[in-house]
Amino acid sequence: MSKSDPNAPRRLALISSKGTLDWAYPPFILASAAGAMGWEVGVFFTFYGLTLLKPELTAAVSPLGNPAMPMKMPFGPEGFQNINWQMPNLLMANVPGFERLATNLMKQTFHNKGVATVEELREACIDFDVRLIGCQMTMDVFGFKREDFIPQAEIGGAAIFLEYAADADIQLFI
Amino acid sequence: MENVEVIKEDQILDCSGILCPMPIVKTSKALKGLEAGQILKIISTDAGSPPDIEAWSRQTGNELLLSTTEGGKFIFFLKKV
Repeated sequence: MSKSDPNAPRRLALISSKGTLDWAYPPFILASAAGAMGWEVGVFFTFYGLTLLKPELTAAVSPLGNPAMPMKMPFGPEGFQNINWQMPNLLMANVPGFERLATNLMKQTFHNKGVATVEELREACIDFDVRLIGCQMTMDVFGFKREDFIPQAEIGGAAIFLEYAADADIQLFI
Repeated sequence: MENVEVIKEDQILDCSGILCPMPIVKTSKALKGLEAGQILKIISTDAGSPPDIEAWSRQTGNELLLSTTEGGKFIFFLKKV
């Protein structure tokens, strides 16, 4: 219990609803940072966010529908790396393998800059005892089984999250 | 805050080359291995780490003795409560 006990640590409650690489980062960054500050943290993974609880993370990024997304090259001289490549939707939608290319470019750029991988951040969350709650309803809808997810995940529904979030200092939907 | 010359660290944590939130993640883990009163020196190249380490210190109660720069790097001395 957080708010009802003045001596309890602060509590962060997150909903992670999206499973692409760019949307996988915010919940894991905030959860691991809060865990590092000694806060209680719970993340409810629902809809596409649920795939972030799979042992093998395959989160990809698509510039399609992300019109402001900068595409940067992770190699070459600094001036070249800083160029913002404009990718027309027509190109992105029609070139096979474009999503894989965009994903690899983003992963390589992140790596070069020193950003942790999503796997590393999730590992940090587990080390800090962050509650990782998978949505039972989403599992049923998409046909996932308990064994499809990492053993540290717990499975629950909206009531579990709401009970936890009701006593949290911060609640965010991501 | 104290002078850098008079602070003697018990452990050094080099966070060079890594970005948010890993400096505070590693700081938190490193401090778990220290005794109360011991001092951790953190080296970071992340420009976001001075405000972040300060916030981390306020939130955890571990005392930030000194926050400074040295040779283009950010240096922190944290005392475990």
